[in-house]
Amino acid sequence: MAASVPSKGSTLRDAFGNVLSFFILILIGVLAFSIRLFSVIKYESVIHEFDPYFNYRVTQYLSKMGIYEFWNWFDDRTWYPLGRVIGGTVYPGLTLTAGTLWRVLNALNIPLSVETVCVFTAPVFSAFASWATYLLTKEVKGPGAGLTAAALLAMVPSYISRSVAGSYDNEAVAIFALIFTFYLYLKTLNTGSLFYATLNALAYFYMVCSWGGYTFIINLIPMHALLCVVTGRYSSRLYIAYAPFVVLGTLLAALVPVVGFNAVMTSEHFASFLVFIIIHVVALVYYIKGTLSQKMFKVAVTLVVSIGLAVCCAVIAVLIALVASSPTKGWSGRSLSLLDPTYASKYIPIIASVSEHQPPTWPSYFMDINVLAFLVPAGIIACFSPLSDASSFVVLYIATAVYFSGVMVRLMLVLAPAACIMSGIALSQAFEVFTRSIKFQMPGEAPDAQEVGEMISDGVVIQHDVVKAEKSEDTVKERPSKKNRKKEKEPVEKPSVKSQIRKRLLVLPFATSIIALFLLVLLGAFYVVHCVWAAAEAYSAPSIVLTSHSRDGLHVFDDFREAYAWLSHNTEVDDKVASWWDYGYQTTAMANRTVIVDNNTWNNTHIATVGTAMSSPEKAAWEIFNSLDVKYVLVVFGGLVGYPSDDINKFLWMVRIGGGVFPHIKEPDYLRDGQYRIDSQATPTMLNCLMYKLSYYRFVETDGKGFDRVRQTEIGKKYFKLSHFEEVFTTHHWMVRIYKLKPPKNRIRGKTKKSKTKSSSTTSSKRKGTKKRNPWH
Amino acid sequence: MARSTSKDAQALFQSLRSAYTATPTTLKIIDLYVIYAVFTALIQVAYMAIVGSFPFNSFLSGVLSCIGTAVLAVCLRIQVNKENKEFKDLAPERAFADFVLCNLVLHLVIINFLG
Repeated sequence: MAASVPSKGSTLRDAFGNVLSFFILILIGVLAFSIRLFSVIKYESVIHEFDPYFNYRVTQYLSKMGIYEFWNWFDDRTWYPLGRVIGGTVYPGLTLTAGTLWRVLNALNIPLSVETVCVFTAPVFSAFASWATYLLTKEVKGPGAGLTAAALLAMVPSYISRSVAGSYDNEAVAIFALIFTFYLYLKTLNTGSLFYATLNALAYFYMVCSWGGYTFIINLIPMHALLCVVTGRYSSRLYIAYAPFVVLGTLLAALVPVVGFNAVMTSEHFASFLVFIIIHVVALVYYIKGTLSQKMFKVAVTLVVSIGLAVCCAVIAVLIALVASSPTKGWSGRSLSLLDPTYASKYIPIIASVSEHQPPTWPSYFMDINVLAFLVPAGIIACFSPLSDASSFVVLYIATAVYFSGVMVRLMLVLAPAACIMSGIALSQAFEVFTRSIKFQMPGEAPDAQEVGEMISDGVVIQHDVVKAEKSEDTVKERPSKKNRKKEKEPVEKPSVKSQIRKRLLVLPFATSIIALFLLVLLGAFYVVHCVWAAAEAYSAPSIVLTSHSRDGLHVFDDFREAYAWLSHNTEVDDKVASWWDYGYQTTAMANRTVIVDNNTWNNTHIATVGTAMSSPEKAAWEIFNSLDVKYVLVVFGGLVGYPSDDINKFLWMVRIGGGVFPHIKEPDYLRDGQYRIDSQATPTMLNCLMYKLSYYRFVETDGKGFDRVRQTEIGKKYFKLSHFEEVFTTHHWMVRIYKLKPPKNRIRGKTKKSKTKSSSTTSSKRKGTKKRNPWH
Repeated sequence: MARSTSKDAQALFQSLRSAYTATPTTLKIIDLYVIYAVFTALIQVAYMAIVGSFPFNSFLSGVLSCIGTAVLAVCLRIQVNKENKEFKDLAPERAFADFVLCNLVLHLVIINFLG
């Protein structure tokens, strides 16, 4: 923190401070990188979870086939029989980044595999993100706050959860892009340089490439511009920061295939155009105001207002007509569920079914940003004294981010940088106040300072009184909480007119500041301890390899990879594997088999078909699967080892999503008195559906009772046989079970002849399709 | 009432004109450039309204290139204007270099987007 108090006088100390902060920044980068390596050390260097497997597969394709093949990639191994155009439907930022990194490293003769590069992309970019945070906070409140904020961001748990080594997801690079774009915006705002405006647009382009969250930027920056205009803070710097950004940014966003014309067609972007028009009007008004005399300007205003109102009405009418003519009023489902938190659960079960789209609980705030939650208010107050363009932007950022994080737990990630910036400002201001008061109370100097304080001249008397009041209040209140005091101090400190007066004014009692400093350091220590714990224990599990500690030591459950390896070694290359969509990406990436649905949930009907099959009785399910040309069905079952996120627990979503498209699947059929249960009280529909049967087939043979450790009950139906499926593989801990569809039965000749004429007329077209494929009928 | 308004308006335009004649020639050239760019954009919008917006990317890049050019020129005008106190320490050469760079990026993007 030495760098945070640069003395004005000596350039030598300035230089020393710069060098010191440079080394601090390097250390922060190392910290950010290394705190994310727990997953590699505790487990191994693997890609985590679901989406990262898809990104990994895309990166592999990119590095193997080149960029042009990548843009034109039509993937026929997912969404069978539809396929998916990967090049046009994926945010390419992450894969291009990792692909470029890999290429550069190989060109330098550093032979890393694509997987290694993918695993370590996220930690590297989190180091970049903390440097970007330094720059951003430096624009707001100077280098001291910047360093503190960067250190906080390097280990904020919310961000760690998305960027541990192996978590190769869009957010890993997107947060860096987000912060960097904001930094460049503020830099442009502070300097008014077109050069930074260009860079700003390019950083925004990178953000659009990386993550759908770019809409946050394209709405936040117009909001800030509007705020500045409304509060009378318009300046030509604002114009330079905003207008080129909108034009260039829109064009650049339209270059990304997945965004395309959406950049000008959807309501998410309209705010920026509206503010673009407003800022031109305002700029014109300010220009005319500058050239005309006071009286003439009034005349002009009356003249223009009447015409301007009419024009505005026309423009707004056109806009409204445009918006109203587009379906869903131009808003995409995800954005709508942001504005109206109940939207998704009402209309789109597939969005609501994802756990990271749920609203967060209070403990998750404490878990994810920890003590920052308490420091943020202090930081906001520090930002208001004095309020600059940059600090008002940060305040707006945190206000919106808090709202969005309250809607969707995933967007906690957007809140984290804002919270870090705020807390960084708060902490560094507090340190500044306390260390200064200690400095001027060193033996010998202390009485002097007090005396000078008493003999203060008229100009500062009022301020001085305020401080006196504060001081007495402090001593009386016996330090209610250090935060409160900090809040009181900062407003007093900022407006004071620099060095001399400030030195005299803000002198806290020696002991108080020592204790307060101590407590602040303690608070920071708590934060560090919590972050390290979160990084080591809570967030570094790769979720494809599970571990559990029990009395007899460490257990490792590597069932997923076992199952996928079995699939890739024992099935034909073109076999189709059906599973719930969660496992689609992993199956294509690890087993290299064609899947019916995957985590890119673009086609609801297709997912509903699989959901229907899973919740139908065996025979109907067999028909559905056979019509989709499925050879193998994969279910995840945690009942034996107590793995809670298995298919039985996700089953109600399958029923809901299936029922949303095929109304013969009704949720109440699977519930007994509104309760979801699988024991002997369960409904017959539940006990006969495919998912139940595939999960619990032969389960009773394990312990003789069929006790499910996740649901903590004995299962309802223990002994049954499968007629249309046969078990081909079950992993070591029964976590993944793979079944093969039996071929259609050869029936007895006489019987077939009779039923043939009947069945061909009655059965559905799907069955006819299956019949045709069987040559013996 | 109407007469007074028109008189006011006349006086207004007169003072506007007199104020504008005082601006340096370089700024006037930039103004002409801005007006030209906006006018071109308007022509394209009118064309779109009559003929239709079928190659939408072409239309978009055409209009946005005009608007972008105009916006950048306005930025340049703000920066080189001597009356603007905010940009006193910014050399006009530097402002122009920034302007050229920004234009370069803009038009590279537009060429890319034109299709």
